[in-house]
Formats: sequence, C-alpha cells, structure tokens
Amino acid sequence: MSGLQHSIKNMMNWIDARLPVTETYEKHMSKYYAPKNTNFWYLMGVLATVVLVNQLLTGIWLTMSYIPTAEGAFGSIEYIMRDVNFGWMLRYMHSTGASAFFLVVYLHMFRGLMYGSYQKPRELIWILGMLIFVALMAEGFLGYLLPWGNMSFWAGQVIVSLAGAVPIVGDGLATWVRGDFNISGITLNRFFALHVVLVPMLLLVLVFLHIVALHEVGSNNPDGIDIKKNLDDKGKPLDGIPFHPYLTLGHDLPAIVAFCFLFAVVMFYFPDGGGYLIEAPNYEMANPLKTPDLIAPVWYYTPFYSMLRAATFPFLGLDAKFWGLVVMGGAIVLPAVLPWLDRSKVKSIRYKGMASKSFLAIFVVAFFVLGYLGVQHPTPLKTFLAQICTAIYFAYFLLMPWYTSVERTKPVPERIPMQ
Amino acid sequence: MEEKNLDGSRRKFLLGATAVVGTAGVAGLATPFVGSWQPGAKALAAGAPVKIDISKLVEGEMLGPIPAWRDKPIFVIKRSSDLLERLNSRNDRLADPDSERIQQPEYAKNGTRSIKPEILVLVGLCTHLSCAPKFRPKIQPEQFDQDWIGGFFCPCHGSKFDMAGRVYAGVPAPSNLEVPPHYYENESVLVIGEDDKEKV
Repeated sequence: MSGLQHSIKNMMNWIDARLPVTETYEKHMSKYYAPKNTNFWYLMGVLATVVLVNQLLTGIWLTMSYIPTAEGAFGSIEYIMRDVNFGWMLRYMHSTGASAFFLVVYLHMFRGLMYGSYQKPRELIWILGMLIFVALMAEGFLGYLLPWGNMSFWAGQVIVSLAGAVPIVGDGLATWVRGDFNISGITLNRFFALHVVLVPMLLLVLVFLHIVALHEVGSNNPDGIDIKKNLDDKGKPLDGIPFHPYLTLGHDLPAIVAFCFLFAVVMFYFPDGGGYLIEAPNYEMANPLKTPDLIAPVWYYTPFYSMLRAATFPFLGLDAKFWGLVVMGGAIVLPAVLPWLDRSKVKSIRYKGMASKSFLAIFVVAFFVLGYLGVQHPTPLKTFLAQICTAIYFAYFLLMPWYTSVERTKPVPERIPMQ
Repeated sequence: MEEKNLDGSRRKFLLGATAVVGTAGVAGLATPFVGSWQPGAKALAAGAPVKIDISKLVEGEMLGPIPAWRDKPIFVIKRSSDLLERLNSRNDRLADPDSERIQQPEYAKNGTRSIKPEILVLVGLCTHLSCAPKFRPKIQPEQFDQDWIGGFFCPCHGSKFDMAGRVYAGVPAPSNLEVPPHYYENESVLVIGEDDKEKV
C-alpha cells in the first residue's frame, strides 16, 4: 500500500469514527441490492430527483431578480425575461421543470399501480409518496400565482374560493388565506414565502423519508417477487445487483442524459408548450375585473379540476360547490389508502387477473379524458362525460377490495424469470 | 434510582402540569402566526365603501368600466321595464327565486333584488368559485342554454343567473349572486359597502 493510499485510509477511518460516511455509502449505494429486472418505469424516481434539484437551483436564482409585490411582480418577470443575463433560460428551466416534475411523478405513481409497489411492506413509502404528491400540487399552485399574470390571478381566485365551500367557516377561511377581501399583493407576498421556503423544506424532508423508507425494505420489481427471500451463502439477494455501480451508471445515468436532452428540446423550442405549459392570458397582467374567457389550470391539474366541476347537484342538503370540493379532495386523498384496498395475493399486474387489468386500463382512459375535459369549456354533454369518468376513477379504488379478491391470479414464480 | 423509591403521584402531577402549561404555550405561540394572516389595517382601509357615479348609466346596459369595491367587480345594471315584467316569469327554473338565502341585505330581498326596481347592483363574482360571470342580456338561444331570457353566464364552470342575479337550478353555483350593502346618496351617486345610515 503506497503512502498516499495509507493516509487516505487513515483519514477515512478518522471520519468514520465520527460520521458514518462509509457505512452510509455502503448501505445506500454499493451494498444496496436492487432487483435485476427493473425496467423503464423504475427510472422515474431518479428523474424526479433530478427535476427537484433543477427546481431548487433555478428557483433560488429566480428569487434574485423577482419582486413579490402586486406592483412589481409582473414587471420583474419581464425584466428576468429580457434584461437579466440568461434570465429567460432560468425561468424556462423552472417552468418546464414544473411540468416535467408532474410528468415523471404521474408515471412514477402509475408504475406503483401497475406493479403493486404500495403493497406490504411498502405502505409507508406509498403514503410518504402521496404526501409528496400533495405538497407538490400545493407548491405548483402557490408558484403559479407569482408571475401575477391574469391566469395566475384567476386560478388563485378559483382555488382559494374552494376554501369558501367549507360549511359555516368557509368565507372567513378564504379571507384568512388571502389576507384580504380578494386576491391581492398581500396574498402574492405570502404565497411567495410559502413557495420558496416552507413547502420546499417540507418536500425535501418528505423526499428524504421516502428514500430512507424505500432503502429499508428495498425496491419492488415488475414481477413483484421479493428478492430478499432468495439469498446466497453471503446473505446477498440472488436476484439483486448492487445499486452502485450497476444501476447508477448502467440504468440511471443514460436515462438522465436522455431525459435532459428531451427537457432541453421543450425548454428551448416549445417553452410555452402550445399554451399548455405557459398559458396565453398570463402574458397579460392580473386584472381583478376581467376573468379570462376560459379558466383552465395547467395540464397537470386538469383531471382533478374536471372532477371539481363535475359536481353540479346538491346532495344531503349540502351545496354542489361543497361536493365539488369533497370529490376533488377525495380523488387526491383516496389513493393513499390503496395498500388496504388491494386484497390480491400477488403484487404485479403481470400475475393479476383480467378484472384488475381491465379496471386499470379503464382507469387510465378515464384519467386522460378528465384531463382533456379540464381544458374545455363546460357544456352539458362534457359535464356528463366528466361525471362518468369521475365515477370510473372512484370505482377503480372503491371496488378494488372486491375485484382483487374474487379474480383468478396466475402463480408467481419463486425466482425472477429471465428470458 | 430504584423503582420503589419513585413518587408516582408526584411524577403524574409533573407530567400533567407540563402538558397543560405546554399546550397553553403552543396555543399562545400559534396566535401571532395564525393571526398575522388576517387582513391587516392596510387591507381593511382599502376595503372602505366606494362611491359610484351612475348618471351615465344607459337602460339595458351594464355600467362600464366596471367599478370595484374591495377589488371585487361591481355590476350595476339598468333593467328596462319590458325586462322587469318578464323577470319573474320563469321562476321554476331558479334555485332560490325568493332570495331566501342571505345573499342580499334585507332591503334587497324582493322580487327585483334591488332598492330601485330598475337598477340592479351585484358583486360580479360567481358564488361557485368566484370567476366573473359574463353579462348576456339578450333574449336569444345561447350555446349554454337554448331557452335563454337574459342574465349572467359563468364561463368557468357553466353556472347561470337571471337578470336579478338569481342562480338557476342544476348548476355548480350554490346561491344567488351577492347584492352588496349599498344606498343612493342622490340620483346619480351610488355608495357601495355601506347601508343607508339614516334608514337603519
């Protein structure tokens, strides 16, 4: 051993006795075993992390030039776009990043539905993930008010008014959230604080817990086979491979490069996304007296927005408005209890029966249709369609205990089958 | 210390006292954080009553540019006598034709929901989720209603209101449009945000 290696080893020993660097590295990287059969769907987690870092960095840089007041906000965005060096790029990285975040998170969640990643022993990973999803929705909404464009204003108006649907205390609650009788600079200022400080901190803590919980039980895989059941004589999973370097360099890094390439194409050539990533009315300053012709949220909220406005009739003596809030809130919260709704003996869709497969397929179609309807003008026919799709959305979850317990499943092999 | 020497009741008392004082402390500590979100002096001052000149209001039209009170659009409309006659002809389609729900001051709880029969004063925010409804006064088939007799249509979620701001049944909006507190200072000045002190 050369002198240099010797001193490095000594230094690591010194550090390890005070901070568990090597132990942590081994536990989470070089000796963390992941299933060898993970596929495309298992890349979304690391891509979400990449986007999170992008959002944090570009967000911090944007705050250096952004002014969080009703008078200054809209102008400061134009200042960032025109006068700040590379300001346009930082802003487009941030706005494209918001959409990319939801894209990979939706795919990540769909992977969970397909392969039963929420099932025992991964219930807490799933619940923490749902909390991340809710925090992410809040973060996106808070950030959307900040450019102080007309769509920012009216989207804020509509969503804060949701608080007004709560019986009795509703109006007071909405005023409390706004800090004013209507959305104003006061609201903008507090949303800024929440968007850049509170919710990001919350997100980081939740993401940390999500990953710690994942590494405690290990990753699921497309076959839903527990790799910890088949160990070699050294106690390593026979169907597992060390996360680093096999998955980091073999799977994740190429995926990150490809993802960044696609991201750059959108960011440089289609930053508005045809009006779906940045909406046209937002190039006009907030105007409390002029509602845009069509208030449509950004694409990633549209399925839930459709469900909100699908509630059009009173029920049990309570307003349709209240039920809209309940339906939308329920649609967001319900997936959190999936681990207790799925009664199947098997995890993966590969071994589940026709009922599970059909319900998942119809669910996905309904989700897409709801997303489409969310950007359309409401007509009686479209509202009716949204009501049907909302029913399908809820049926997927609420009927799950029934259809997963009665269907015939395929036998799951002991070891991960490789072609 | 050995277990048998412990004074159990003393420990219980200390735990209980700490919990009670701690809870009171947390409640006290939360007060400034929660309270600071209420509208401050600046917001309250900006929400004071406003005066609106209605001398140029034309029959059949809405006062423009739309005035604001508390940053909310205020719709002031002069209805024709023709329209007033037709106003209560289709009450079967309305959710609350008699304005039972408190969405207006007592002096506007009548057949026209106004002080002066012809002049309608409304807060121009949909009672569903606070979009500004569109003023569609013409009696003609509309995309959203083949049988339209004039009123307001909210483009956000499709709620419909008649020419007194009364909500149609079967739409997302739960109640009639709000009539703000208001009175006429004289023939041409309308005050929004306050009741007539002399009459009250």
